[in-house]
Parts: sequence; structure tokens; C-alpha cells
Amino acid sequence: MSDPVLSIRRLTKRFGGLTAVKSVSWEVYPGEVVALLGDNGAGKSTLIKCVAGVHQPDEGEIFFAGKQVHFARPIDSRSAGIETIYQDLALANNLDVAANIFLGREKKHRYLGGLVKTLDERAMRAESQTALDTLEIHFPTLTQPIESLSGGMRQAVAIARAVYWKARLMIMDEPTNNLGVPEQQKVLDLIRRLRDQGVPVILITHTLPDVFAVADRLMVMHRGRKVTEKRTADTSTEELVGYMVGARDDTRPAAAAVP
Amino acid sequence: MQIAAADGAARLPPGKRLLLALSDLWAWLFLAVMVLFFVVAVPIVGSATFVTVRNSQNILVAIVPIVLLGLGQTFVIISAGIDLSVGWVMSLASVLSALAIRGAFNAGWPVWLAVVAGFFAGTLGGAVVGFINGVIIAKLKVPAFIVTLGSSFIVRGVALLWSENTTVIGLPDIRAYGNESVFYSVRGGDHAGFYFLHPPPLATNELRQLDRILQWPVVVTIVVVAIIMFVLHRTQFGRHTYAIGGNLEAARRAGIPVDRRIIAIYALSAATAGIAGFLSTLQYGAGSAVIGDPLLLSSIAAVIIGGVSLFGGAGTIIGTVIGSLIIAVLTTGLVMMSVPAFWQFIVVGVVVIVAVLIDQSRDLIVGRNESGAET
Repeated sequence: MSDPVLSIRRLTKRFGGLTAVKSVSWEVYPGEVVALLGDNGAGKSTLIKCVAGVHQPDEGEIFFAGKQVHFARPIDSRSAGIETIYQDLALANNLDVAANIFLGREKKHRYLGGLVKTLDERAMRAESQTALDTLEIHFPTLTQPIESLSGGMRQAVAIARAVYWKARLMIMDEPTNNLGVPEQQKVLDLIRRLRDQGVPVILITHTLPDVFAVADRLMVMHRGRKVTEKRTADTSTEELVGYMVGARDDTRPAAAAVP
Repeated sequence: MQIAAADGAARLPPGKRLLLALSDLWAWLFLAVMVLFFVVAVPIVGSATFVTVRNSQNILVAIVPIVLLGLGQTFVIISAGIDLSVGWVMSLASVLSALAIRGAFNAGWPVWLAVVAGFFAGTLGGAVVGFINGVIIAKLKVPAFIVTLGSSFIVRGVALLWSENTTVIGLPDIRAYGNESVFYSVRGGDHAGFYFLHPPPLATNELRQLDRILQWPVVVTIVVVAIIMFVLHRTQFGRHTYAIGGNLEAARRAGIPVDRRIIAIYALSAATAGIAGFLSTLQYGAGSAVIGDPLLLSSIAAVIIGGVSLFGGAGTIIGTVIGSLIIAVLTTGLVMMSVPAFWQFIVVGVVVIVAVLIDQSRDLIVGRNESGAET
């Protein structure tokens, strides 16, 4: 196996007296989709927020692309190439697709030696189209405001934005939540396509069918600890449920006895 | 992957699409219908004609302060804020520019240079207030409503203090800058004709024949409108203003320097109010600490009639200009029909509420889907 893109070593995060993440080590490799599973409060969001620069770990190390990193703010993580797509997608619903893909990083024409700068709408639209094409996403028009698009289409815009800006690792938080079944399938297709283009994806979810549909590997957390790490092909829904509710635990063989 | 348009306008039946287009254009239509109404109704009630050169120019002069206050307010409201201080900022700017013009002239500056000094005093003085508003809103996270309400009282006090609670007079004769115009038209008499920049020498009894076309404050306002339109619709700053109003959190996460943008938005709002104060000083040849206050709500009304959403994220400059025109045409027409003044307020109030209703009905027509849950 090649070198991991992301390597977390013995990461611990405490909030006051509560230890949200307890000494978790985990690795993500190029070209794979890995699922991060766990019940509510298992610590998966906290772990991911440490990677995304929202929280800073109390102990442990994070290595990204071979180098140790310390993300003080979310923007640090993003500029390193880690894109986190939260459930609310962070799109400006009143702006169109191209404006959202280039939000905060607009392309500009320069006049009078850079004194006057105008938005280069044509270039932004053309490059947005290219970005969408590489992911085989087809919109009837790029000039519609996001609010007139369906949930799946919005998800696609958020993904296309991350891809356009050369994300080297994509973290997606419950991407199929609140979507109808056909749209869920389309988002899962997109995740596969990302993997095929070499962008590893961390999928945070508790929707087990999604895990079996797209994930190559998975990690389950329970009460802040990593309780197992498996290849998806080697496990079953029943077994995963056991890990998620705490009935199974690979780190403590004694507790593995199913009641 | 083929994802069909979910509920975009493209899929609407033709009837609904027509309704939607009408609701987009309703302000224009309303303005046109209103003008037509007055063209017919004014001669019936009185003996005047509604569409005359003089009347059209009077309307343009009348909307200058409303448009200028509305321009900055458009930015602020698109960014999902509100600026309640612009009325008194305009007053403060009127006082500041009068003081600057008087001071500069008394120091021996030529009149034109004193006027330039007055422009900078009014505009920058206003901008400073807006800058402070913006800093408190962006950095200290106090709601804009509270900050600008508080600062309007402060600015009111300062304006009255610096004007010594009276009109600032003793200025050189600057009304040429405020009242003269680009073109002049003389309707009759020995000098009948059209003149550029310089009016012909007229006897006092001939002055009634003179129409000033495009007075300088109107020209300044048109230039400011053009600049502001450019900034809102063509620059990154304008794009970010929409983004902040549409989804503040998304703007922040996209790396937009939100705090700096908000500070700039409030500074811009107060600066356009400052220009309005400067122009009023030019027009009246004196500074007034009470000139702007009554205009605040009219300017907000103009912005809302023009289709700017109070929830932020939507609106245009041209809409605000149309909204200002609607208010001015309405007021002028009703005056010419000898309708008592209180009816003007009642009608403007009805128009504001109808405008918002029409805006909301757009969402019903489109069947806008906020949850994004359907396919």
C-alpha cells in the first residue's frame, strides 16, 4: 500500500471533564472511500473537526501528505487541501452556480493597472462548466440561483467547488441526509467518481446502506474510542450495528461477547 | 449524471412564467401606470399638465436625497443589515460641508475650491460615522439595528452641537453650484431656445420662462448611481455583499473577509448620505442640522419598493432608483391634484406594503423549495 494521505496518531480531544476522542489512530490512503461510523455522540464529528481545523487536539498528531500539520483555523485546513462539506453545504443560495464555485476566490479583469477590477463572469462560468463536466454533472443552466436547485444538485455544486479548488482529501458529513432516494444514488455516484479521480473521501454517516454502497473501508467509533477498523467486504450490517451500540469492541476482546 | 432541474423557473407553466415576469417588472409597470394616471387626472382636477420639462426636473431634484440615502441603504439591506443613521448623517454632513466651505472661503480659498473642501468634509465626515458603525457591528457583534439607532442619536447631537442649533449661514454664494444646470430651455420671449451651460441674460419677468434641465445635484447623483451600480453588480465587493446577505456563514467559510466587507458597507452607506448632505448645502446655500431626518424612512421605503429584500441577499440599484421615482411621482402628482398632504403618506404606505406582498408572492409562484429535500 502507498503512503497514507491522512494519518492521525493517538489523537485525544477533551471538553472540560468529557473526553470526546480518546487516543484514536487512523489512516486514509489515496483513492479510497472510507466511512466513519458511530452513534450520535460517538466522537466522529469531534475527530473530523480536529482534522478540519475547527478544534485543536489536546494530544496526538495529524500528518497530512506526509507532513505533520497543526491547523489553528478551518482556513488552514482548507488551504492544505482538505475540503469539509458539512450538511448545510455552505452555499450562498441567492447566488448562481458559478458564483458559488468561485465564492471568495473570484476571477477578475484588471483595468488601469489593477486599480479597477471587475468580475470575470465569462471565465468563471466556463471553468465552472469544466469542473462540472469532469464530474459528469449536467445542469441545464449555470445562471440559476442555488435556491432553485434540488438538494442533490446543491450537494453536487459543493462537491464540484471542492474538486475545482484541488481538494486532496474530501470529508463529507452525512451527504445523503435529507435527500430523496434517486438523489442519494446520484450523490453516491459522485463519491465513487471522486475516488476514481484519486481524491480520497471520508464519509461520516450512520446510514449503513451508504457504507456498503461506496466505502472501501470503515472505522467505527463508540464513546470517543475507535472500536474497530475493517474492510467493508469483510463485515455485515448486523456486525456494524453491534460495534456502533457498543456490544462489540475489538480493542477489548472481553466485551465482544454479544449479550 | 443527469440531474434534471428540480423546480427552476424553466419548468413552470407559461401562465406562471408570465406572472413571475410581471412580478419582476411590477415596479416599472407601476411607475408607468402611475405616470399615465397623472397625465390624465391632473388636467381634469386642476389646470396644470403633469408631463412638463419643469415638472420632470422638479421630480429629479426632489429624489436626489432619497436616491443617495437609498443607494447606501441598498448595500446595507442586501447584506442583511439596516442603517437607521443615514438621515442624521446627512444632516451632519450638511453642517460639516457648510462649515468647511465657510472656513475655507474665509481663509481666502477660491469659491470652487471651498466647494471641493465642502464635498470632502461632508462625504468623509459621513464615512467616518459609517466606519465606526461598521466596526461595532462587525467586530463587537452588536445588531445593526441597535448600533445605527444609537449612532443616529449621537450624530444628531453632534450635528446640532456643531451647527450651534441653528442654520449654518455666512457661506459665499455657492447656489450656482446647487441650482444651475447643464441645459437651459427658454420657452418664449426674445431669448426662446435651448442653451448649454450658460443661460441667456433674462429680465426678471422672463425668468418664469426658464427651465433648468439636469441641475448639478442631479448630475452628481447620476454619476454616483452609475459608480454604485458598477460596484454592486460588477465587482468582487458587490458579489461579496450579496453573499454575506445570502448566507453569512457560507461567506465566512469561503474565506471572504466578512468583517472588513461589513465595515466597508456601512462606511459606503454613510458616505452616500454624506454626499446627500453636501448637495443639500449647495442647493440651499446653508447647512442644516435637521435636513436629513425626515428622509430616512422615505429612503428605506424607496429601497423596499424597489425590491430589495429585508432578509438580505436580493435587490438592485436600479430598483432603488425606480422606488425613489415612484415615491416622488406619487407625491408630486397628488400635490398637483390638490390632494391633501396626509393622503400622500397613506398612499406611500400602501405602496410599500403592496411591494412586499408582491415580492413574497414570487416565492409562491415559483414554489420555492427551501429544504432542498425533493428531487
